[in-house]
Amino acid sequence: MDYLDQLEAEAIAILREVAGQFEKPALLFSGGKDSITLVRLAEKAFRPGKFPFPLVHIDTGHNFPETISFRDHLVQSIGEKLIIGLVQDSIDSGKAVEQKGKNASRNALQTVTLLETIEKYGFDACIGGARRDEEKARAKERIFSVRDEFGQWDPKRQRPELWNTFNGKIHKGENVRIFPISNWTELDVWNYIKRENIALPSIYFAHQREVVFRNGQYMAAADALQIDATDEVSTRMVRFRTVGDMTCTAAVESEKTDIDDIILEISQSKISERGARMDDKVSEAAMEDRKKGGYF
Amino acid sequence: MDILKFLTAGSVDDGKSTLIGRLLYDTDSVLADQLEAIQNANRKNDDGTVDLAILTDGLKAEREQGITIDVAYKYFQTDKRKFIIADTPGHIQYTRNMVTGASNADLAIILIDARKGVIEQTIRHSYLVSLLALKHVVVCVNKMDMVAYDEDVFEEIKASYLKLASQLNLSHITFIPVSALRGDNIVNTSVNMPWYSGKSLLEHLETVEVAEQNVNLPARFPVQWVIRPQTDELHDYRGYAGRVASGTFNIGDAVTVYPSGTKSKIAKIEVFGGELNAATQGASVTIHLQDNLDISRGDLLALSTAAPTIANRIEADICWMDTKPLDTSTMYLIQHHSKVTKCKITDILYKVNINTLEKINTHDLGLNDIGRVEIKTADELAFDPYEINKNNGGAIIIDSRTNVTVAALMLRAGV
Ligand SMILES: Nc1nc2c(ncn2[C@@H]2O[C@H](COP(=O)(O)OP(=O)(O)O)[C@@H](O)[C@H]2O)c(=O)[nH]1
Repeated sequence: MDYLDQLEAEAIAILREVAGQFEKPALLFSGGKDSITLVRLAEKAFRPGKFPFPLVHIDTGHNFPETISFRDHLVQSIGEKLIIGLVQDSIDSGKAVEQKGKNASRNALQTVTLLETIEKYGFDACIGGARRDEEKARAKERIFSVRDEFGQWDPKRQRPELWNTFNGKIHKGENVRIFPISNWTELDVWNYIKRENIALPSIYFAHQREVVFRNGQYMAAADALQIDATDEVSTRMVRFRTVGDMTCTAAVESEKTDIDDIILEISQSKISERGARMDDKVSEAAMEDRKKGGYF
Repeated sequence: MDILKFLTAGSVDDGKSTLIGRLLYDTDSVLADQLEAIQNANRKNDDGTVDLAILTDGLKAEREQGITIDVAYKYFQTDKRKFIIADTPGHIQYTRNMVTGASNADLAIILIDARKGVIEQTIRHSYLVSLLALKHVVVCVNKMDMVAYDEDVFEEIKASYLKLASQLNLSHITFIPVSALRGDNIVNTSVNMPWYSGKSLLEHLETVEVAEQNVNLPARFPVQWVIRPQTDELHDYRGYAGRVASGTFNIGDAVTVYPSGTKSKIAKIEVFGGELNAATQGASVTIHLQDNLDISRGDLLALSTAAPTIANRIEADICWMDTKPLDTSTMYLIQHHSKVTKCKITDILYKVNINTLEKINTHDLGLNDIGRVEIKTADELAFDPYEINKNNGGAIIIDSRTNVTVAALMLRAGV
């Protein structure tokens, strides 16, 4: 079997296990290529039936507008349910406190809104598009990853995961994060998107954009970003390798406007995808800390 | 291009992390920012070169203790193949992690320190590889630079390993003399060992044929989910969704549904946006039967010409994975594919001293212990002996009080 068929078949089987084992699952949808890939995999797992879960988007309010319009269009075309958790609501209710300063980002606040949303709807499983190759701390995470009531991940108490047998049994209040594309690499995702002809938000492809040069990286010159007189603003051909919050997703200079070029660029590229995310750069173990705290 | 999943096993300091780091580094699989991170790290080799071992250890706590304590997965690819490495710790207290890593691997790399030869740990690792029925073993004799790249040392170790392997039923064993630190025979063939004419480790991994014999095994299909849209136009639609565990199903094949024993024929095999004439091992598909049967998640479809073992008293090898020891009076859950039922582990037949392979009479099985047990299940299981068909012979035990996976089972026979 070709590797993409192998990876696809594994992911479909994992999604069907979620459907079979949980009462109220949800698919965490960020509008990025990984979660868009998950939507296609869910179609493959459950059509002609409906998805046995809604899509859930935790919206920081600082998303790229292109991502939001893409999301709404996709949801409409597949005819599935979308639930939106607004970080702004968590801030307004005092549950989350906005960061201050130049590098302020709402990225960390997503955790609060996510946990609130999980509690509000009683989700017992949240499907996410994380991959083990993204980051060292993820390399040891299970495909079924149990979180306690506070959303925390304890790397020392992970369940052994054998063969393709997934144990999703939990106590009330706990929930499980599920990662169907754990074994995919960034390049695998791109090759799959190409093979399946999956549409993506336009910001993945090279376009002219006003950017600010900060901490060695280009950031979109968005309203959400605090821009000072000393900041160097310029217009460049760029694209984004991940689609996170505008305040912490860096652009890479690129002329690549079609998927073949991008695949070539990535296979030759020497910077890992997460290297383009400022929030992971803060400390070497930043991701690990955030996972323990209940982030995706 | 296909995927090869392999496991690495070795004792602490045999050079496992360095070997994996070397594979990644010499295949150009380390990205600039990761490379920068290891260059900036405080840990360096004695000669000041970057410590490639850092590439493979993840968690902060582990970094502090300087050891790998869980299964970590690493990914790389060459022009010929994609690789998934399950990096597992070698110490006896992490036996369960190695068992976990081995459960999903096609091949095992066993590291031996050239200065030490076959030691207790080598026996243990090899035993686990044979217990989990891995069909391919590569023995890397590492640190050849520290024994002056001496052929005799290599040959001696090879001879003593082959003796061990014959006790363990291991086949397809390949021996490679390497230096992970210096890079000899890892990716590039060594100039220091002209007496070795075989492949480098990477060449071997790229070319070894592991295409599972599972396609030729009897066809098994555990039902994961029943697709029933119940809309007007799909009123009678009823598809059984799952992944083929072994063998091949063709349209028209006579199948039996377990545990009920009812029979039907395959009417249609569907995938998203199309239909197939056949589905083989590993494929996720939706199967339709000619008759309207009452089938649900947890049932198994099997080719009627080759029935699985059906039993509720089963003998199995067990690896205990929980700090709380096995209790023969406790009711546990057993999960075999998507089938979950209650069970009791009624009898401990023996425990294996995995360092010496000796069988010991015992009433206790604790964390990391391996032994043979008898199980009684509430519902019957439809399985194949693990050594024949591991895709339908493995199961896990769950403690229903904690919900934790407490044991792995290799099902052997009905009793
Ligand atoms: N001389 C020599 N030293 C090695 C070799 N491979 C590993 N080492 C060293 O042995 C020590 C343990 O290696 P490491 O990869 O951390 O072992 P692990 O515990 O098995 O992961 C380190 O100091 C390595 O630099 C080798 O081939 N030759």
